[in-house]
Amino acid sequence: MNLAPLAVAALLAAPGLIDAYRAAGAGAPDAARGRAFWTQSFAAPDGGVARACTSCHGPDPLGPGRHVKTGEVLAAMAPAVEPTRFTDPAEVEKWFKRNCKWTVGRECTPQEKADVVLFLTEVKR
Amino acid sequence: MRAAATLLAVLALAGGALAHDDDADEDLGRRAPAAASSPQYRKECGSCHVAYPPGLLPARSWTRLMGGLGDHFGESAELPDATRAALTTWLEAQAGGRRVPAAETPLRITETRFFRREHDEIPARLVRDNPEVKTFARCNACHADASDGRFDEHTVRIPGHGRWDD
Ligand code: HEC
Repeated sequence: MNLAPLAVAALLAAPGLIDAYRAAGAGAPDAARGRAFWTQSFAAPDGGVARACTSCHGPDPLGPGRHVKTGEVLAAMAPAVEPTRFTDPAEVEKWFKRNCKWTVGRECTPQEKADVVLFLTEVKR
Repeated sequence: MRAAATLLAVLALAGGALAHDDDADEDLGRRAPAAASSPQYRKECGSCHVAYPPGLLPARSWTRLMGGLGDHFGESAELPDATRAALTTWLEAQAGGRRVPAAETPLRITETRFFRREHDEIPARLVRDNPEVKTFARCNACHADASDGRFDEHTVRIPGHGRWDD
């Protein structure tokens, strides 16, 4: 295999995360399910525009996002482009917690997290 | 529109003789660079929005804001306890806002009298109705160096409009 060192780091980190989700009760992760969750729209409790992970992270994991409320530019979510993604478990959990609560109205399950992480990690340029 | 940084520079040249003329301007000028001085503040707060100059709100505002991160203007901005405690202490130490009336605890910088006076000549069409700006809370839409705490009027560029001179 001919992977750049940084890409290797990301690929090593994500399975560690996925192992942790499996230990917390998730079954085998599924990238297609992760993609569906990532793009799914959820009704906003305030009756406003429906919310999705892509509201801030943008439709393409390989491209930058834009925070829906503040306009702040967010780096791409795919480790293929942004090798620091999914390398710091505490950061990952902090953001899953906040973003799932806002987008979905509850915390994400270990299964949903495993699926999303696998989907984003597998996206290739 | 008055520009705090410009005014401050003038005051500095005047030997600070007028320095007490406007404490809020002083807060901005003296305290604004603080945002740049804490990597933790920039990381934790600046990921979602401009790392606002802590000097623009009094300590009691930061205390209340940091106590309510579970509903932070409609979003969850929850932090691990240790991070929250460290940032609260830092923000309280960097706070200013001495002209904010004692009975008020504003949570939005844009609602302080200082902020409104600085922006009272900007028409809604350039901000609220401007898709590239939308809200005054996005300092960096027009103040490119806002994250570094610099708000010099000469550097203002309003998207779709250009420089702002009055
Ligand atoms: C309201 C805007 C917003 C929405 C909606 C949103 N996020 Fe985020 N997300 C952010 C911000 C801001 C960051 C931190 C800045 C960054 O890392 O780019 C972030 C970072 C993350 C991270 C950290 C990844 C890493 O290792 O760096 C994960 C995981 C994440 N988001 C997952 C999600 C998921 C899953 C959803 C949908 C359920 C979602 N986000 C919806 C704003 C949002």
